[in-house]
Amino acid sequence: MTTVAPDLEIPIEDIKAGKRVTEYHLMWWAFRRDPLAVLSLVILLGFILGAIFAPNLTPYPEQGRGDPNLLEKFSPPNQGHLLGTDYLGRDVLTRILYGGRSSLAIGFLVVIVAVLIGVPLGAISGYYGGWIDNLVMRITDIFLAFPPLLLAIALASALGASFTNTMIAISFTWWPWYTRLVRAQTLSLRERYFIEAARSIGVPSWKIITSHVLPNVMTPVMVQATMDLGGAILVGAAVSFIGLGVQPPLADWGQMVSIGRIYFIERPWYAGSAGLAIFLVTLAFNLLGDAVRDAADPHTRRVVDVGR
Amino acid sequence: MFASSAGMLNRHQKQVHALDGIDLDIYEQETLGIVGESGCGKTTLGRTIIGLIAPTSGQILFDGQDLVNASKDAKKSFNREIQMVFQNPYTSFDPRFTIIKCVSEPLKIHTNLRGAALTKRARELLEQVGMPGEILHRYAHEFSGGQLQRIAIARALALNPKIIVLDEPTSALDVSVQAQIINLLQDLQRQFKLTYLFISHDLSVVQHISNRVTVMYLGKIVEQNTSEAIFEGQAHHPYTQALLSAMPSVVKELRRKQIILEGSVPDAANPPKGCNFHPRCPVAMPICSIAEPVLDNSGAGHPVACFVVNPIEKSTDEMIQ
Amino acid sequence: MNAPLLAIEDLHVHFNTYAGTVRAVNGVSFEIRSGEMFGLVGESGCGKTVTGLAIMRAIPSPGRIMKGRIFFQGEDLITKSESEMRDIRGGRIAMIFQDPTASLNPVFTAGYQISLQITQHRHVSKKEAKQLAFDMFSEVGLPHAKSIYNTYPHELSGGMQQRVMIAMALASGAELLIADEPTTALDVTIQAQILALLSQLRESEGLTILLITHDLGVVAETCDRVAVTYDGHIVESGTVDDVLYQTKHPYTQGLLAALPDTVRHKQSLEVIKGSVPDGLHSVSGCSFHPRCPKVMDICLDQPPSLIIVGEKEHSASCYLYMEETA
Ligand SMILES: Nc1ncnc2c1ncn2[C@@H]1O[C@H](COP(=O)(O)OP(=O)(O)OP(=O)(O)O)[C@@H](O)[C@H]1O
Ligand SMILES: Nc1ncnc2c1ncn2[C@@H]1O[C@H](COP(=O)(O)OP(=O)(O)OP(=O)(O)O)[C@@H](O)[C@H]1O
Ligand SMILES: [Mg+2]
Ligand SMILES: [Mg+2]
Repeated sequence: MTTVAPDLEIPIEDIKAGKRVTEYHLMWWAFRRDPLAVLSLVILLGFILGAIFAPNLTPYPEQGRGDPNLLEKFSPPNQGHLLGTDYLGRDVLTRILYGGRSSLAIGFLVVIVAVLIGVPLGAISGYYGGWIDNLVMRITDIFLAFPPLLLAIALASALGASFTNTMIAISFTWWPWYTRLVRAQTLSLRERYFIEAARSIGVPSWKIITSHVLPNVMTPVMVQATMDLGGAILVGAAVSFIGLGVQPPLADWGQMVSIGRIYFIERPWYAGSAGLAIFLVTLAFNLLGDAVRDAADPHTRRVVDVGR
Repeated sequence: MFASSAGMLNRHQKQVHALDGIDLDIYEQETLGIVGESGCGKTTLGRTIIGLIAPTSGQILFDGQDLVNASKDAKKSFNREIQMVFQNPYTSFDPRFTIIKCVSEPLKIHTNLRGAALTKRARELLEQVGMPGEILHRYAHEFSGGQLQRIAIARALALNPKIIVLDEPTSALDVSVQAQIINLLQDLQRQFKLTYLFISHDLSVVQHISNRVTVMYLGKIVEQNTSEAIFEGQAHHPYTQALLSAMPSVVKELRRKQIILEGSVPDAANPPKGCNFHPRCPVAMPICSIAEPVLDNSGAGHPVACFVVNPIEKSTDEMIQ
Repeated sequence: MNAPLLAIEDLHVHFNTYAGTVRAVNGVSFEIRSGEMFGLVGESGCGKTVTGLAIMRAIPSPGRIMKGRIFFQGEDLITKSESEMRDIRGGRIAMIFQDPTASLNPVFTAGYQISLQITQHRHVSKKEAKQLAFDMFSEVGLPHAKSIYNTYPHELSGGMQQRVMIAMALASGAELLIADEPTTALDVTIQAQILALLSQLRESEGLTILLITHDLGVVAETCDRVAVTYDGHIVESGTVDDVLYQTKHPYTQGLLAALPDTVRHKQSLEVIKGSVPDGLHSVSGCSFHPRCPKVMDICLDQPPSLIIVGEKEHSASCYLYMEETA
């Protein structure tokens, strides 16, 4: 007996009785029975809420914003400073909460920009085919040829190092993946008769794309986006690590690891806790992405063995 | 009275002659059956007629007007007149659309019905095909194949079309459900004076529902006759005969001597020289691998494309001309 | 009369899914005699494939054989260990499916796959296996056995792939071939070829065949005896002549009347109202009663059992015939 699920949230009677059971209900149903997924969600919510409410959560909001507190330089973890303090005496936990603001924001913004550019282009490319498809695909090839880190370095040296430039540089190399994903999905959707049916009654192409194609590709896009959030945060941290991303006094996890590594041997808590934050968030997004993918796969749901 | 006639439809980049020199007429309120094996171009024919693909060459006339080179507005009005029901009911509906959205999609494009009037019309359509109106707000995955095919028919009826192209509407269904759908189609035809182009690979279904039957092989028409005549022994083309004999039946009188054809349907991308059927034909003659037979009434009194059926002198004469 | 090669008694197979327990097979019993072609016919979802898989003890994951016995040459397959089953599966009992493409591995040649099958189930050298493969290819009517041996599955047409599958079944010395809708994906003319081949193999090799199909026409033309399934159990069984032409069960009668070739042109067809139950919701009493035109009060509370209703073990599970015997 594999999994034994005690409670069945969506009894077939509801489906039969005509209660709205959408794909999202079923996904949520499958998602909730995956303990790792729920744990990941809890961790992520912790970090996200921590970043949003940082000023209310910490007694040292001014340190979070960058004010030094030189009297308490490098104090090890203690009651007042649960994760110790850094080279300017600022509370490390506060800096982690504030650092989450830039790190998480980079992740979310990169993915949002990539989705906004990549998804429509992919749908258009796959739906129309022909020369439009060729053109879009060649453009994605060009963008995929840039390594994100190198592009970020180039952009930072041209326009200066900043949060915005980091975000732009990473988004730049990220969207083509969505174009490819959505294009492939669109090609397979086109084989289904409901698209033919819409075309045969004269529904205009833009309407077919917006009302039939896009809603039907959202599930794989969601899965990909969840996985990518971790990846984008990691690249953002790497850019900050080499000093080209978020600049002090603003806090950022990559930057904290970069500065903290100099003192790592004697004062591991500083770089260590920033590193741990990056690790936890990236891992959690990946696990969450896996879980969303499994939950979205009708096959997984069908064969869930609920025991007897 | 109208006629649709299409000639020399060649399409696809690789120049697959999915349809090659198809010439057929459909008369008002009749059911024209199209039979043939997989890949012989039946679906392509249907999709060409409803305007989903443009023929490489040839024309389609509807009430005497050319569909292929029509203006945009004219095309839009043809969209209303010719509808299609697709082979697989399970992929005929957007999984994210409720039934009302599916059924009213054509109405939104072509009429001014909105709101309550739209809902009323959608209900009416569903009731016409024997589905309760209460299902309007449910999703396609909640229904069985037969129910979905009824809903697909309701959607095709929405704009009061003249012609409905039915592409293997029952091939994904169980026998008992197939019978329900066939009866429904016949009732609707009488009620709304519909014309059907009924595509199928199942001869017994086609003979049951059609007035006339067109037999296709590898993109070409090989024989055309009334369905009574074909099934009462008036099948002259060797392919039609083989098809009839291969059709398994529970009716003992219908069991014919089995003619087992060798090999399988050739690839449409490189058809054989001469008559397309000659490599499998049990009665092939030398000329069959050289020349292509044309549809001709002379041998059998109805159109057959075969040198065995039609006197050879005449056919060769025609070729020389 | 021949001893049965295979006897199934009261087989139950359930799938536990998120939606609830699917009773895919719900008390199936039948016997197949050595050397016969036995048809298992029924509509989609009636448990035909699952019955076939149960004989092979190859029910996929959430499914389980809950109850029943499957005797093959007198031995109960249910009690066999997994390693004993491995020898029987693909050896003495072989199964072919509707979609041959899915059963053949695309990265190996047809010849490699058949040789592997032979060496697994017979003690022969590689060279002998190859020779045997050639013999089998010509046996199933594949021309140019040598060149077929070196082709990949995708280079073969559907009909030829199905022949390769049959050759593999023969090569490993199968006594029982379970053919699950072997011709459903094929064209009519190719279907005729494959059915003719199966009939011929039965004559020449003494192969016993369980032919699973939804097509009563196919049963009428090829089988000796037949069992009709509905909602996971047998509603009528007997010789083809009895079941199709002396039909007793209202479901079988309905199926036959729904066939377009039994009714004159353009007349409306008899229909069975409603559709097949989904196995999730058990219908009380006889599971056909909601669709049955001859339903009686008694049909609503107890499921009827399969009883003899005619000659040559012609049986049906219907209360219409119970009263006579009672
Ligand atoms: N989009 C396409 N690109 C290339 N070839 C195509 C395309 N669509 C159809 N064909 C080819 O055209 C031929 C006819 O196809 P079609 O789908 O019309 O056959 P059919 O008679 O409907 O077959 P079936 O019974 O399998 O539905 C086939 O050989 C097919 O490979
Ligand atoms: N892996 C599975 N998980 C859950 N349910 C299953 C599974 N396989 C089969 N079933 C269920 O078991 C029942 C019987 O299925 P089966 O495949 O045996 O039908 P069948 O008679 O072979 O139909 P068909 O003609 O469609 O092949 C169906 O209700 C099906 O939904
Ligand atoms: Mg088709
Ligand atoms: Mg099956």
